[in-house]
Amino acid sequence: MQFRGLRLALLVLPLSLHAAEPAVHEFRLDNGLKLLVQEDHRAPAVVTQVWYKVGASYEYGGITGISHMLEHMMFKGTEKHPPGEFSRIIAANGGRENAFTGQDYTAYFQTLEKTRLPVSFELEADRMRNLLLSDKEFKKEQQVVLEERRLRTDDQPRAKMEEHFQAVAYTNSPYKNPVIGWPDDVSRLTVGDLNHWYGLWYAPNNAILVIVGDVNPQEVYALAKKYFGPLKPSKLPEIKPRGEVEQLGARRMTVRLPAKLPYLVMGYKTPALRTIGEEDWEAYALEVAAGILDGGNSARLSSRLVRGQQVAASAGAGYNLYSRLSNLFTLEGTPAQGKTLQALEKALGEEIRRLQDEPVSAAELARVKAQVLAHHIYQRDSMFYQAMQLGMTETVGLGWKTVQEYVDKVNAVTAEQVQKVARKYLIDDRLSVAYLEPLPMPEGAKAPEEAAPMGGDHVR
Amino acid sequence: MFVKRMSRWIVFLFLLISAPVYAVPEIQHWVSPQGGRIYFVPTEGLPLLDVQVVFDAGSARDGEKFGLAALTSGMLDTGAGEWDADAIAQRLESVGASMGTGVSRDSAYLSLRSLTHPEKLGVALDTAREVLAHPRFEQKDFDREKNRTLLAIKQRGEEPDELVEIAFFQVLYGNHPYAHPQEGFAETVAPLTREDLVDFHKRHYVASNAIVVIVGDVKRAEAEAVAEKLLSGLEKGSAPPALPAPAPLQSAEIIKQQFPSEQTHVRAGVLGMTATDPDYFPLYVGNHILGGSGLVSRVSTEVREKRGLSYSAYSYFMPLRELGPFQMGLQTRNDKAEEALRVALDTIKDFAANGPTDKELEAAKKNIIGGFVLRLDSNQKLTLQVANVAFYNRPLDYLATFTEKVEAVTREDIKRAFRSRIDPGKMRTVLVGGGAK
Repeated sequence: MQFRGLRLALLVLPLSLHAAEPAVHEFRLDNGLKLLVQEDHRAPAVVTQVWYKVGASYEYGGITGISHMLEHMMFKGTEKHPPGEFSRIIAANGGRENAFTGQDYTAYFQTLEKTRLPVSFELEADRMRNLLLSDKEFKKEQQVVLEERRLRTDDQPRAKMEEHFQAVAYTNSPYKNPVIGWPDDVSRLTVGDLNHWYGLWYAPNNAILVIVGDVNPQEVYALAKKYFGPLKPSKLPEIKPRGEVEQLGARRMTVRLPAKLPYLVMGYKTPALRTIGEEDWEAYALEVAAGILDGGNSARLSSRLVRGQQVAASAGAGYNLYSRLSNLFTLEGTPAQGKTLQALEKALGEEIRRLQDEPVSAAELARVKAQVLAHHIYQRDSMFYQAMQLGMTETVGLGWKTVQEYVDKVNAVTAEQVQKVARKYLIDDRLSVAYLEPLPMPEGAKAPEEAAPMGGDHVR
Repeated sequence: MFVKRMSRWIVFLFLLISAPVYAVPEIQHWVSPQGGRIYFVPTEGLPLLDVQVVFDAGSARDGEKFGLAALTSGMLDTGAGEWDADAIAQRLESVGASMGTGVSRDSAYLSLRSLTHPEKLGVALDTAREVLAHPRFEQKDFDREKNRTLLAIKQRGEEPDELVEIAFFQVLYGNHPYAHPQEGFAETVAPLTREDLVDFHKRHYVASNAIVVIVGDVKRAEAEAVAEKLLSGLEKGSAPPALPAPAPLQSAEIIKQQFPSEQTHVRAGVLGMTATDPDYFPLYVGNHILGGSGLVSRVSTEVREKRGLSYSAYSYFMPLRELGPFQMGLQTRNDKAEEALRVALDTIKDFAANGPTDKELEAAKKNIIGGFVLRLDSNQKLTLQVANVAFYNRPLDYLATFTEKVEAVTREDIKRAFRSRIDPGKMRTVLVGGGAK
């Protein structure tokens, strides 16, 4: 599994509640491991997540995809537990488990009935320091990851186009590289490379352990000390800033590949909450701007572009508050039948101009804020998602308290501030535009009467 | 079991911890004055309510007009009563409610999530009521939504996983109403008219054909009022007649579709089981071992873990009102397609002939029973589970007795059930891929 940074759903971020704020208990072990515990007693279950501060944006040329490859190898055993046993033990304890890698983090999780928490602690602590990487297991898993790349990117016209788009939109930011890595890099990784990467980053002082569920924080702390306490910390590498250079004019590109429909992606360089400095309201104003455009079926892109002008069959906007480095405010869409990419780009550009020229209406702003408040309560229905928010904000360097400030910060955004950030950041000099121009491909599935042997060959 | 390889304290844990006592929420059930079947589970802790209104109005009810049920469902929120699409969306979003509609082969549903605050909930319910009872299906909205559907169908043609799914259902179901994809085909959607939708809605979106699932922080009396409100605009009507049973498969068949992709997508399977099948538990537990438990399942172990042939390899039964499919799926680079297919099919054949080992069965039961609470640990998950019980008329104690029924499954049950269902001589197989011609 991997996360792509481009389009984390907006306004679906969980938040704090004023009345019944869920308390987060923070602990730190002597070896530097940070532990966050949030109680949720609705069902006798518990979510464990281990977040490491390493991901694709920590990688350099030639080894892209190594963080994600290592994520796969983390299931391949230690001295104590042979390959595959991690998953079998979790399964035998009724658990669900998996892992994901993003630009800024690598995270591992288990969901278990609450009394099984020690099972996940024993296994996670073991593989934090004692991974055994064998060449035999690696060779097989490398093929699995190459299959994953073919599945998720190479055979998906839009994913492939977005990969090319990121590579052009960024000049030097590591966000220009895909999380799964470039094919040549992935296929040339070695066990030696992975051992080195593991040694650099997998240590208690580079990890955050997040627990949400039907637990007692002090007991979890005691358990964490028992299993993770003996692990040795590492001297962590210095992290270079690698800040994106200033963009000096709009960028345009075309991706031509076999596909059925054209597609458009636009991205404006914007700071993230972590890189914005003192004026952090700007990040929340960008978040609201994305909500005005795409926060539901009443938002502007659906209302005006899909239904009103009918220039788009679908259209979206997104902004990612919680990234480690500066990011893109994105717009994307599929032209409606008979409309061109140029017409859709023009219509999206007009929506940006409208944000710059007119303050958003009080009713629109109120709707965005009402949704933020409601979704904040809805998200407390998912223990997993709450744990994710805590882990993500910690890993990118914002701190979990950011999650609890979200509703207040969004509520404080004014129409004037939305206009200000649109004028400051959503401008041509910061813009990159990509067109997907379809090349011909064979007919898709047809109704049976016309496609008796379905246009295919019977073999055998 | 693999106990011998585990560290000592985990073994210890196994011995001490039996299945935890967990009070499965009780489902309350009644029939509304309009004839709708209501299912209610009160929950506490969060001020929210999840509602699902489900009709027997899925794509199996399309008749010859493939795509009719999906387009009808998709247009419900584009105009209803006095409101156009903007007004409907503004009403819901101003109170923070989320509403969605959709279809499966068997059913059409409207889902609604709202805060329980009375005024907010009231606005959300009034809106959903109109959407269910008085959709406008205006010509201009119809034209637009039909065009969007046609584009989505076109885009489907660039995705090999969609194409393999479509071809698999066709070769498995022939002329049965389960054979076509929910969205239909370009040739069947293009001739649809708004009158077709009006008629489909009038026949199927009726109280006697509706179930309402309510899960959240409200009292019984409030739940009754919620159901009452949602169904109040609907005609009483009647439920549609039963679907025909799919024709039994007579022989194996392999279909290959050329596609310019780097991977070949593979599906293989047979007719599997119904939602109320007497063999439900042996087949479910058996498949958990065969291909339903992620990386530790047999299919995934053979195809992915041992040979690195696929990122995802699985098998599952999809229980439907009538016989739903049993299917195995994987994707692999084009030059490995034959090998991966052979490995997966051999795994299935071996399992169908010999069943699981005692250790495998024990591990599967531990996983299913030990993890049962994880299926019900949020309002949203609970709502989906109850909707499944409700739609397929399962007994009200289905969730409460689930783990007992899993515990009771024996190796012999699984062997017998798999032998009677999975006949490798009738397997239908589809491969889409191979690269550019």
